[in-house]
Amino acid sequence: MCASVKYGSRGPALIPRMKTKHRIYYITLFSVVLLGLIATGMFQFWPHSIESSAEWSLDRRSVHDAPLVRIPMSSPIPERGDLSCRMHTCFDVYRCGYNPKNKIKVYIYPLQRFVDEVGVPISSTGLSREYNDLLSAISDSDFYTDDVTRACLFIPSTDVLNQNSLRIRETAQALAMLPRWDKGMNHLLFNMLPGGPPDYNTALDVPRDRALLAGGGFSTWTYRQGYDVSIPVYSPLSAEVDLPERQPGPRRYFILSSQTAIHREYRVELERLKEENGEALLLLDKCSNLSQGLASVRKRCYKGQVYDYPQILQESSFCVVLRGARLGQATLSDVLQAGCVPVIMADSYILPFSEVLDWKRASVVIPEEKLPEMYTILKSIPHRQVEEMQRQARWFWEAYFSSMKAIGMTTLQIINDRIYPYAARTYEEWNNPSVVKWSSVNSPLFLPLIPPRSPGFTAVVLTYDRIESLFRVITEISKVPSLAKLLVVWNNQNKSPPEESLWPKVTVPLKVVRTKENKLSNRFFPFDEIETEAVLAIDDDIIMLTSDELQFGYEVWREFPDRLVGYPGRLHLWDHEMGKWKYESEWTNEVSMVLTGAAFYHKYFNYLYTYKMPGDIKNWVDAHMNCEDIAMNFLVANITGKAPIKVTPRKKFKCPECTAIDGLSLDQTHMVERSECINKFASVFGTMPLKVVEHRADPVLYKDDFPEKLKSFPNIGSL
Amino acid sequence: MQARKKYVLLGLCTCCWLLLYYWGGLQERLLGLLTHRRGEVVRPWPNWLDRDLLPGYADQAELQNAGGPGDSPRQRRQSWAGIYKDSRCRMDTCFDFARCQGQSSFRVYIYPPEKGERVSESYRKILTSVVESRYFTSDPREACLFVLGIDTLDRDQLSTQFVPNMDERIRGYPLWNDGRNHVIFNLYSGTWPNYTEDLGFNVGQAILAKASLNTEHFRPGFDISIPLFSKEHPQKGGERGWLVRNTVPPRRKYLLMFKGKRYLTGIGSDTRNALHHIHNGKDIVSLTTCRHGKDWEKHKDARCDHDNQEYERFDYQELLHNSTFCLVPRGRRLGSFRFLESLQAACIPVLLSNGWELPFSDVIQWNQAVIEGDERLLLQVPSTVRAVGTDRVLALRQRTQMLWEAYFSSVDKIVLTTLEIIKDRVNSHISRNKFMWNALPGGLLVLPEYSTHLAHYPFYYLNLGKPVQKPTRRHLNQFGVHAVIVCVLVWVSCQIIILWNSEKPPPHRSKWPPMPVPLIITDGRRKTSSRFLPNAAIETEAVLSLDEDTVLLTSEINFAFHVWQSFPERIVGYPPRSHFWDPVKKAWGYTSKWTNEYSIVLTGAAFYHRYYHHLFSHYLPSSLRALVDRTSNCEDILMNFLVSSVTHLPPIKVAQRKQYKEMPILQGTKMAPWANPEHFTQRQECVNTFASWFGYMPLVHSQFRLDPVLFKDHVSVLRKRYKDLERV
Repeated sequence: MCASVKYGSRGPALIPRMKTKHRIYYITLFSVVLLGLIATGMFQFWPHSIESSAEWSLDRRSVHDAPLVRIPMSSPIPERGDLSCRMHTCFDVYRCGYNPKNKIKVYIYPLQRFVDEVGVPISSTGLSREYNDLLSAISDSDFYTDDVTRACLFIPSTDVLNQNSLRIRETAQALAMLPRWDKGMNHLLFNMLPGGPPDYNTALDVPRDRALLAGGGFSTWTYRQGYDVSIPVYSPLSAEVDLPERQPGPRRYFILSSQTAIHREYRVELERLKEENGEALLLLDKCSNLSQGLASVRKRCYKGQVYDYPQILQESSFCVVLRGARLGQATLSDVLQAGCVPVIMADSYILPFSEVLDWKRASVVIPEEKLPEMYTILKSIPHRQVEEMQRQARWFWEAYFSSMKAIGMTTLQIINDRIYPYAARTYEEWNNPSVVKWSSVNSPLFLPLIPPRSPGFTAVVLTYDRIESLFRVITEISKVPSLAKLLVVWNNQNKSPPEESLWPKVTVPLKVVRTKENKLSNRFFPFDEIETEAVLAIDDDIIMLTSDELQFGYEVWREFPDRLVGYPGRLHLWDHEMGKWKYESEWTNEVSMVLTGAAFYHKYFNYLYTYKMPGDIKNWVDAHMNCEDIAMNFLVANITGKAPIKVTPRKKFKCPECTAIDGLSLDQTHMVERSECINKFASVFGTMPLKVVEHRADPVLYKDDFPEKLKSFPNIGSL
Repeated sequence: MQARKKYVLLGLCTCCWLLLYYWGGLQERLLGLLTHRRGEVVRPWPNWLDRDLLPGYADQAELQNAGGPGDSPRQRRQSWAGIYKDSRCRMDTCFDFARCQGQSSFRVYIYPPEKGERVSESYRKILTSVVESRYFTSDPREACLFVLGIDTLDRDQLSTQFVPNMDERIRGYPLWNDGRNHVIFNLYSGTWPNYTEDLGFNVGQAILAKASLNTEHFRPGFDISIPLFSKEHPQKGGERGWLVRNTVPPRRKYLLMFKGKRYLTGIGSDTRNALHHIHNGKDIVSLTTCRHGKDWEKHKDARCDHDNQEYERFDYQELLHNSTFCLVPRGRRLGSFRFLESLQAACIPVLLSNGWELPFSDVIQWNQAVIEGDERLLLQVPSTVRAVGTDRVLALRQRTQMLWEAYFSSVDKIVLTTLEIIKDRVNSHISRNKFMWNALPGGLLVLPEYSTHLAHYPFYYLNLGKPVQKPTRRHLNQFGVHAVIVCVLVWVSCQIIILWNSEKPPPHRSKWPPMPVPLIITDGRRKTSSRFLPNAAIETEAVLSLDEDTVLLTSEINFAFHVWQSFPERIVGYPPRSHFWDPVKKAWGYTSKWTNEYSIVLTGAAFYHRYYHHLFSHYLPSSLRALVDRTSNCEDILMNFLVSSVTHLPPIKVAQRKQYKEMPILQGTKMAPWANPEHFTQRQECVNTFASWFGYMPLVHSQFRLDPVLFKDHVSVLRKRYKDLERV
């Protein structure tokens, strides 16, 4: 800097003595140097205040640039992990706070290279590729925060995945030197290979105070249930080898053992099984003739025959995962990837993510002692179940084992679920593959209840201006014994409803609601006025239903509160010529929909219709002024997986005013429109949820040779 | 000269700049500037330049080697047994699996009570449950599990039911064996002031089935946490949950409620003393009283008088009925009666009991039924419960009812669940998965010996999700049909199983033989109940059960099968019957008259899932089956009881036919057994016997039957698929 100043100040004196071409040359040179220096200075001093103070946050640096930290000999060592630690005793929940998203905030310490007093690093490998992947994934996720004061969980950047590469005492000291260590509170360590020779402890031997441990290979004695997280041992083969998913089904071999380090006692047992059952078993071992190194890792041998590993795993229905000196095995990950059902024999092993994953659906866990019975046990499993386990095993791998990212995210989600248990993921979310999630049904009204008759139902009459017919409907319905309330939805904005004195006198409360817009959706709005569970949606021209018919409909609804219960039924059909769905109102032997011109249903479906209708179906219905009933049928069938119930022989609603218009042509355009609706809705739902049935509900004594006066519902009406 | 100076200076400058460039971090800054536009967020964890050069965390060969073969498994097992005992017990080390091998592997033995032994009401119920369970044995040699005859429920030294000298007495048991394979039931342990978990005697290697277990003392996979229940808790059956309808919106009058004691001192007082803070008198009612214990007035503080007044204003039962959430804070001990009370009341429990190992936590997914709060975060509870959405409240509430009815409503269920959990551990490869435990109808009604595959049960079809069917094809005969035809003659009974998987219905009886389908004849051993024996020959899910004299048209069978496919968990059939309560006799009545409702569909002509065969033969006690065999009667009623107790729903009657047998033809002495008048009174008695075994009346009435869509309509006969049905 000073040089440039000096030089610059003398510059003008020099210039005149030079030749012109030299002068230009020098001026250019000076300005370049000057600019360079100024720029340097700017970068050197100014930007510090803008960018975050931590230098490591910069992209594209070498790991070796991380600051070096020297650990003094006398630096404190944390206590050994406390086995009685639980979330409510060793975890500071106040740091996580209450937040509407119910997401914990995770902070990652900047990378530092720890060395002891003489400069020897604490770890022989330093940051490993896997740990780097893990931390990158976390820092890219929603969990990450760079604000250390707002963090709920802290993750040290010191890599402890493999205990064998660590110097235990120094690593512990390094952890204790972290600025927010505070007895390890809310710190999370990831470790996949705990313990070392000769006793191979099942949890990381590094003293770590109260830090949570996400460990691979926990035994039931070291695992602190509800505190630690059991994680898989990541297999780097996952990234190297691409095993395409195979259709579940029987494979060439029934049982395969691919592990190289099986204790002699077990190998003898396996050999015996092989003798008894022959070709169904394949026992592989290391290849003795191959040179050491990468090649030997990817090969297995049986009597001189060489097999590719892990590809060979795909050739077997079951794959043995026996414990070695360590409980956690990378083999488990390979086996799952191959879609082979693991047969896990490792007593006291805490299976990966066992807090949330249901391993019984993806594996067979057999006590080590029962190894001789393995074949019989596996043979007793039904074929269909084996197939499902194969599918489940592969899916577990994809979702939870396939990458360090998957492992890290699952671990954080599990901890998140503990801190915000009321927003925790459900069993189904954890354990059902997406295909199943998509096609399976978890009905919101799943409890089998037959609600009592007493509260009755609320009739919701949608009307525009047909007052005369409306009044007749009201008078008719009011005769139904279980009617609790009448709600008239006045859909005409240009006209006021008639005065109160003009309405027919009814014994139940009658309430008129005026709507803001003339929309068909208004009939399915969850009005506060509806106080009963059961809703009868009825048009203002449905005068033909008898009171017995309606009461019977209500009784049937009580036995099927999660379904639509209606009178005329309709059907959807697949039109082979056109290659699309067709609406059918012919009197067929089957039913998949009921008209909501008069239908009972649960008020809950009003909420669903109004607030949770997928896609633009609601707007579509309002724009076309049609098909609201089809939409409702789709919605209910989709969420419950059940067909509607058609009651009584009623086939159509006669509409007295319709006769005036040319019935036939109206009918045809109507049918085309309705068919269009079905196709539209099926594409929005992504599937055809409607279910076809061949039955309808009639009173027990319908058309029986029995005195009419003794029947509960003698006047059940006709077509 | 000048020129050289210039060059030197220039060189110096360049050097300075280069130095700065390489050492001063300029390089990265410039690179950063080039690669990142300004204002963009910097990646929090750097994308290291040399990330591809980073070493793997472990050598691949090392990973596959897994630390080598390790110690000898045999030696390890031996040394484990020495190390991991008492407080570190696990099934692997403290349980003798060898005792549980063999055909009927899981048997439970109860030590006979000693003379003059006083056993509390609750413990007597527990023992009764074990004795009446299908696992009971009176022979200690074949037992896998042992239950003490001494009452260990109340280990509070101040309690009147406290049994002294436990250690000595237990040592007197010849089979005690340091508690191996024993299970010890306990509800209360410890006493004032610290209520420790200690039972006051050496439990050794026995499994603890204990209420209010602390996670710290809980031996995972070994002990079992049971709920605290009162001595009024029914032996059998039990009250149903209080939820009768799913109102929407699901909010009740109060959002959150608590009514109970406030501890001013001692253990548990931290939480109980703070509960009044969240009381707002409107939607959150949290009432506490100081009035408990002998000398409460001594510790009385400023709040007490006012609190006590407020306390009296609300009725606990009324609050239970009208509150969406119920606080379940710890008392002196971790668990409380409140937990079961609110479960039953469908008032979603909000737990404030840190460290409580929830009842049957091994198998029940509690986060789907309760809100697990944290004592430390009491003041957040109101905002937390307010934030729970409508759908979730609806789901949580139904789940409370499901769990209550499946596992908690009676002592029987609590004890059986405990036994089943242990049994699942013993036969780990034939056990229920979490799904079975947590889905309707609950784990007790799912027998894993039948199958461990979900699709083999009638309950899960909807949850499992079927592969999406192509719209072009409809599977008409997904399950195929099985018919079990039982011929009941006067002295000899035979059973014919006809198997056919074609879509074609079975030929009429007169056309036998030749049969287009295999015909299997098995020996019924003259037992009526053998009709429902699980028969390996039955390979399809649907079973059509017919009597020897049943007359059914093929289209009737077809139609019934179609209906059954929509209701695979129910009985779908023809002959309806009904039960009723006779207030004069104070007993249940049975009627075969035509009525407007029915609750039984006789299995003389009905479809049901083959799993019910298994339940009938293995779930029901042998005493009921013996009754059926003795009287040669009632097996169909018992089946209806069973199915309705599983589904809580009525059976389904299809179409019009009510009479399913040929009219009795008097042929001298031979008379069909059902035409006997004694037959009918027997059935009356059966209904009452069954109801008393179940502890309640599981049968439910239905008012409709299912007919074909065009049944008896004025439409052309050609259009109707089931036109034959109308001729019946």
